[in-house]
Amino acid sequence: MKSILKPLLTIAAMALGMTAAATLPAYALVELNVNKGNVEPLPIAITDFQSGDALGPEISGIVSADLKRSGLFAPIDKSAFIEKISSPDATPRFDDWKVINAQALVTGSVTKEADGRIRAQYRLWDTFAGQQMSGEQFFANDANQRRVAHIIADAIYERLTGEKGYFDTRVVFIDESGAKNARKKRLAIMDQDGANVRYLSNGKSIVLTPRFSPNRQEITYMSYESGQPRVYLLQIETGQRELVGNFPGMTFAPRFSPDGQKVIMSLLRDDGNSNIFAMDLRSRSTTRLTNSTAIDTSPSYSPDGSKVVFTSDRGGRAQIYSMGADGSGQTRISFGDGVYSTPVWSPRGDLIAFTKQTGGEFQIGVMKTDGSGERILSSGFQQEGPTWAPNGRVLMFFRDSAGGPKLISVDLTGRNEQSIPTANFASDPAWSPLLE
Amino acid sequence: MGRIAAFTTNPVMIALVAMLAITGCASKKTPNSAADLGLNGAGAATPGSAQDFTVNIGDRIFFDTDSSSIRADAQTTLSRQAQWLNQYKQYAIVIEGHADERGTREYNLALGARRAAATRDFLAARGVSASRLKTISYGKERPVAVCDDISCWSQNRRAVTTLGGAGS
Repeated sequence: MKSILKPLLTIAAMALGMTAAATLPAYALVELNVNKGNVEPLPIAITDFQSGDALGPEISGIVSADLKRSGLFAPIDKSAFIEKISSPDATPRFDDWKVINAQALVTGSVTKEADGRIRAQYRLWDTFAGQQMSGEQFFANDANQRRVAHIIADAIYERLTGEKGYFDTRVVFIDESGAKNARKKRLAIMDQDGANVRYLSNGKSIVLTPRFSPNRQEITYMSYESGQPRVYLLQIETGQRELVGNFPGMTFAPRFSPDGQKVIMSLLRDDGNSNIFAMDLRSRSTTRLTNSTAIDTSPSYSPDGSKVVFTSDRGGRAQIYSMGADGSGQTRISFGDGVYSTPVWSPRGDLIAFTKQTGGEFQIGVMKTDGSGERILSSGFQQEGPTWAPNGRVLMFFRDSAGGPKLISVDLTGRNEQSIPTANFASDPAWSPLLE
Repeated sequence: MGRIAAFTTNPVMIALVAMLAITGCASKKTPNSAADLGLNGAGAATPGSAQDFTVNIGDRIFFDTDSSSIRADAQTTLSRQAQWLNQYKQYAIVIEGHADERGTREYNLALGARRAAATRDFLAARGVSASRLKTISYGKERPVAVCDDISCWSQNRRAVTTLGGAGS
């Protein structure tokens, strides 16, 4: 597990020299404008990476699946390919790829090094401009084969969209098994595509709402292990756990501040209501941010740390409120027809994702940070709990159907909904930040 | 868990069980051992036992959607509970607050806590010592009824008074 979560020192990237003639600048290189309202997925040909065994096609298959799931790319069926790539370094016959409408082409290879590591390289070609757009090679140990594929997918995504990729990321979530009235809930972590699941708790106590620290090394979550439900910190690598604060009652709904120095959460008052507190993890000092005879919960910081959005029923039913990070200027921002909860500030800072209940449905939507411009991305009988991909373009949430919850992702257009495969039922996903 | 739910949510069943309990006790001249007074048989609801509380008093009350107000029917149950608890003072009490699934997880943890607190406050106002009363919220994490419609949701919006800290 350690090598998965640490900065991956064993993966070394190197740019590959351009092999195509650099004398063809007449065409603008293919580019996907993701800021247009309606993005047509870009047709891209991803050839099997050559390796002499199953590993090459497996790596290129992961790259293809990542790009397809983003909704921005339409990998072309391999049976339509005309040219059979014999060397990933040779300039391809661009006409063969243009005729099947491949705007971009990916070739690559995976080889074993003498020291046992694998070397994976790819080249991205613009078929209409007739030139290479990028090329890199990576060295990795066996445990990081899938990770190399995600890193290559990120590189292609970034080169073609101009936005950071999000494929080399992980998701913490609650793995759920057993009957609905006796669910076993375990803390778990996996790659964003559902692979490499690892369990971080034993299932003896109910655990809920895990969230990553900004450096991806820690998780804050809620557990019933002491009897009373309380917020904990978990060091992922060491497994070391500690209670966050020493409060008399239930603590819940934790999240890190963007600088990782604080955990913001709800604390139950003796009168049965809940208020929001922030605790400084170094000094252990706590600051009360709300003081209402209402339910105030689900706080989430803005990425610059200056503001907090949260859920409150102080006006009757649950709505979304915004305030300064010191508790100042508490203002209601959701005014649509329904009940709003679980606001989560986008890592780009521009939007707030939420769960809305209206007309017997649960909807996942986004609004601007002042509450205007609400857009519903997904509707269902029972679904909730959005989390943002680190590039702020994709959300993951959980939907309860067919006996239990499963993880779903949807992009900001709302047109590209995907299931994340998990062995058991799964809920409360939280996407990791990018490792800078 | 399901058995107890059935007993307490169906008045006919409660009456039937109570009758069985009485006839059971009447026909059994002398209990042979403490085991006969245990929690396993419907005929063993000895006055003052946990089963007596669950079956004859009613260990749970129900709430309206997204509400923690103690309804009139719940007030009747809680008044009975308070009387019983004031008679049998040996029990420590944990009140569990629960929510149905028609809310988000964190909000429902808060809602369950509010229901448990409202129940606690009602019992305390009826003379049950506050030092005996603890609360815990399970939000929507421990439903007793598991269908996807109103008939189940209304059973899951509940506060359960448990004795000696035993779970429901």
